[in-house]
Amino acid sequence: MRHLLRSPAGIAGTLLVTLMVILAIVGPPIWGAEAERIDSTAILQGVSAAHPLGTDNLGRDILARVLVAGRLSLALALLATLIGAGAGVVLGALPSVLPRRAARLVTGTVNALVAFPGLLLAMFTAVIAGLGARGAVLGIGAAVAPGFARLTQTLAASVAGADYVSAARMLGVSRWRVMSRHVLPNIAEPLILNLTQALGGALLGLAGMSFLGLGVQPPSFDWGRLLFDGFSRIYATPAVALGPAAAVALAGIGFNLLGDVLARAAARGSAPEAKATGRAVPDTGGIGEPDPDAVLEVRDLTVTFPGGVTPVRGLSLTVAPGEIVGLVGESGSGKSLTASAIGGLVPYPGEVSAGRLRLCGADLGELPETERRRLLGTSLAMVFQDPMASLNPALRVGGQLAEVAIVHQGASRTEAGNRAVDRLEHVRVPEPGRRARQHPHELSGGMRQRAVIAMGLMGEPRLIIADEPTTALDVTVQREILRLLRQVTDETGAATLFISHDIAVVGELCHRVVVMYAGRVVEELPVEELVSGAAHPYTRALVASLPDMETDRSLPLASIPGRQPSPAEVGGGCAFAARCELATARCAELPPLISYGTAHRVACWEA
Amino acid sequence: MAQTPRPRRAGGSFALRRVVRFAVSLAVLLVASFAMIHLIPGDPVRASLGPAAPVELVAARRAALGLDQPIPDQLLSYVRDVLGGEFGTSFISGEPVRDVIAARLPNTLGLALLATVVALLVAVPLGMWAAIRTENGRNRGTEAAFTTATGAAVAVPEFLYSIALVAVFAIGFGWFPPAGKGGPESFVLPILALAIAPTAMIARISRVETLRELGTDHIRLARAKRLPAARLYVRHVLPNTLTATLTVGGLLLTGLIAGSVLVEYVFAWPGLGLRIVESITQKDYPVAQGVILVYGAIVLAVNLLVDLLLGALDPTSALKET
Amino acid sequence: MIIKNLTVRFGAFTAVDDVTLEIPPGSIVGLVGESGSGKSTLARAVSGLVPYTGAVEGGDPRRIQMVFQDPSTSLDPRMTVGASVAEGLRLPRTARGPEVERLLSLVSLPAELAGRYPRELSGGQRQRVAIARALGARPELLIADEITSALDVSVQGSVLNLVRSLRAEFGLSMLFISHNLAVVRYVSDVVAVMHEGRLVETGPTEEVVGAPKEGYTRSLLEAVPRLGRG
Repeated sequence: MRHLLRSPAGIAGTLLVTLMVILAIVGPPIWGAEAERIDSTAILQGVSAAHPLGTDNLGRDILARVLVAGRLSLALALLATLIGAGAGVVLGALPSVLPRRAARLVTGTVNALVAFPGLLLAMFTAVIAGLGARGAVLGIGAAVAPGFARLTQTLAASVAGADYVSAARMLGVSRWRVMSRHVLPNIAEPLILNLTQALGGALLGLAGMSFLGLGVQPPSFDWGRLLFDGFSRIYATPAVALGPAAAVALAGIGFNLLGDVLARAAARGSAPEAKATGRAVPDTGGIGEPDPDAVLEVRDLTVTFPGGVTPVRGLSLTVAPGEIVGLVGESGSGKSLTASAIGGLVPYPGEVSAGRLRLCGADLGELPETERRRLLGTSLAMVFQDPMASLNPALRVGGQLAEVAIVHQGASRTEAGNRAVDRLEHVRVPEPGRRARQHPHELSGGMRQRAVIAMGLMGEPRLIIADEPTTALDVTVQREILRLLRQVTDETGAATLFISHDIAVVGELCHRVVVMYAGRVVEELPVEELVSGAAHPYTRALVASLPDMETDRSLPLASIPGRQPSPAEVGGGCAFAARCELATARCAELPPLISYGTAHRVACWEA
Repeated sequence: MAQTPRPRRAGGSFALRRVVRFAVSLAVLLVASFAMIHLIPGDPVRASLGPAAPVELVAARRAALGLDQPIPDQLLSYVRDVLGGEFGTSFISGEPVRDVIAARLPNTLGLALLATVVALLVAVPLGMWAAIRTENGRNRGTEAAFTTATGAAVAVPEFLYSIALVAVFAIGFGWFPPAGKGGPESFVLPILALAIAPTAMIARISRVETLRELGTDHIRLARAKRLPAARLYVRHVLPNTLTATLTVGGLLLTGLIAGSVLVEYVFAWPGLGLRIVESITQKDYPVAQGVILVYGAIVLAVNLLVDLLLGALDPTSALKET
Repeated sequence: MIIKNLTVRFGAFTAVDDVTLEIPPGSIVGLVGESGSGKSTLARAVSGLVPYTGAVEGGDPRRIQMVFQDPSTSLDPRMTVGASVAEGLRLPRTARGPEVERLLSLVSLPAELAGRYPRELSGGQRQRVAIARALGARPELLIADEITSALDVSVQGSVLNLVRSLRAEFGLSMLFISHNLAVVRYVSDVVAVMHEGRLVETGPTEEVVGAPKEGYTRSLLEAVPRLGRG
């Protein structure tokens, strides 16, 4: 309930609804008598001190009548909502337990009814049930039901498709039990929260019906009926329509705002709050002189999110031209965020700080904005994990490639288009001319990933950042993409930063491997030493736990007990200490990344 | 890996299935509107003429309506009549319902269409602007203002907007006529009254869709390419948000047609809506029956058109649906 | 258990095409293939979740259980671990507690986890719970569909070790499905290779991996990334 009071919409909604409920309870006892008092001396008056909203044709005070009418308005709306929601939930749940044909019939009916505007359904019902409150309530109930049926159906279908329902079915759990034990409990919350919104809709619908003279009839009165009376006098005394109109509007707004917040809360579920812990400890020791030959030089890179969550902690990295560096780590190690930080793509509210961030010899922090854009736009190529998502589904492949040249290199459309076809051919996309005119969904996964790489080759890339580029691909396609990356690196002399969770892929492709754990580099070593020369216990365990085609099948696989701490949990010492066999008291202190033989550095006290 | 391969379907058969579904819904609607009269408790003719009407008159009227025939025969002749454009005659005025519809339908449709166009033109840019400003929780003030304002605007029904607009701009300032259909200025207030809530609704959808789109990998990649903002948003983001926005826009059009009933009532707009209210209060059942049938058919037709249009625009989304 | 001439069609598309495969008692048959090869559809068909033509013989079809790829979606978030594991037990209420405890200990989980909710567990622990739930039904065949794909490497090993120990200690028969040939090789006695809905090669693990007969199997083997090959 706390989240209700966190947004202005939530506060306003809660306040208005509370007010309406109080009014419905205390209104009739307090102002009931005055609302009914006939005063023949004060008929059809406008605004006055005695009657702030005027009087009606029997001289009754309109303000009092508005305050009293709240109860009937709310009660009828509640009744209509319950009728509608009850019928809707039954209709929506039926298809899950009925036999196939009957289920399709119910689903079809609901789908047809949902398309009809509620007011139309309400009028249809009102014609049958006759004028008056009963007809209006039944009508609005009929209008609410299809929406609820559809919601129930959608929610139930998503739960019914879940693996845990499949698992229950395999265990021989009956349909009814699946419905009551798995489906209903998992959809109850969103359904209940949506009641508030439906209640607001019913209230407005009933007000509309009464306003048209189809709902509540005299001598009873709800807000809609008062509005009906007031509207007939709007030319003479506009103010008399104001009271009931404001009441309906406020009630509608209140229920809708509250319903909105509740519905969103239901959709979001309960996300765990990040816990704040100590700040990152930057690498001690100076950052030294810039390396003039490096394509990419990163010193002391830190990415922080509000609340002290620091997924990348003082990371340093150098990549030379023509070099393929593998950045390897498990999920949550901060490797992808490192890539985003280098590309300047860390999402708000993440904050990036670095002692040094140089690309192609230029310091990204000091470059003017326009030049920085050009440098990043042409010298840096990025390849992401899911080639399905990396290309814009609405645009042709060729056009997406060409625009880099148009925007940053001032090429004409034709030039750019020709170059796009040329680049596609270069990455061995068959029939590049035809493919360029196609949309992404017409290409296979491997071909799309080639197109993304070709896009990076439109400029003159000095650095290619490939973030899990083969994780979504099959092994045979993965192999082709790895070959392509190596070929591109060889030809262009560009450097590649290859990010992966798969140490075997990194071992196959890269020259040098950088191992990350909990936001820090724990080891940096030439690929040849990965299998037998790794020094950090984490790297060693990672290699040992990976089955390959030579693993001895008679021995159990190694595995690392425990889990990696989340970015919010990382403390001051060695983050791996809790899972480490070699850990000693010294590991409470952060081990620096120090040289360990040639081109090999490790951050471990016990290595 | 776990995905089950989906059989491919041609676009043509998708359209065909939609048309078949439309035809079935239309048939159901026809039966429902026929049944409406028969579901009225007691004798509709007696209810309409009142308890004082002479028995002979009631009997004559029943015979004229064919209510003394067996139900299946009545249904058959009803369907035959409707398909021939014959909707019966009004109990009250005696004019053919067909003429009522022909005279008033264009006024209702015109109002609803104009309001839809206005809503889409305002809402899509507004939603995109809000999304760009509030991406990743940036500018929380703007976000709160936008969600609260649109949330409130959605919650106020058309008839309240109508009354407020009449009170302020017609009666208060006297800028626009308070009622009736006349020159272009008489359209302004009814269109506004109809368009405000859908505008807020579509703006919210447009914002959510834009936010979703901004989070995708291909937009990350487009950003990595350092495209100028205008190109990024108009060429890369907008097309991918339109499908959902237009779907909702299409559905809102049907809602607008219903909402126009109340707006027509306030502005005394000579459309179908005004007439249906009168017919229900006066128990003029043939008119109510005919007008509800026409409303229903319009709603079904609009849904069909939206589906076909989206199917043509975005073949992948059409295939996704069942 | 024998899968005989099993075919699954979705409309005009044939996802699984006339597959015949024997799973000898007490052995692990590894099924390897790329996405779209039909291996997951085959698993769902054998589990009775997808209609098929053909037959599954040599056992009680109700005693086939499946463990899914992603343990975060295969456990009901609103049920405790204990309730999930107890769901398939056909036992009087009083006997369920001890049985749940026994099942959890089989997958090396402490009994006190029974009162926790899935969100409080790590990925590896959740996958063990899913396995324990399947074991509760005393399956004649356990189908494991990509059960380590959603896990980090450092916990993958412990799940694979569990799979092997279940076979060694209880003689559990298993159809182990994965796209990862190295993982399949490590746990399986027999390897079956699937491609475009058909079985292209089946044989003892050492033969298929060591001396593949089919070109497709060879190309799969060549594509397996190897540490330090570069």
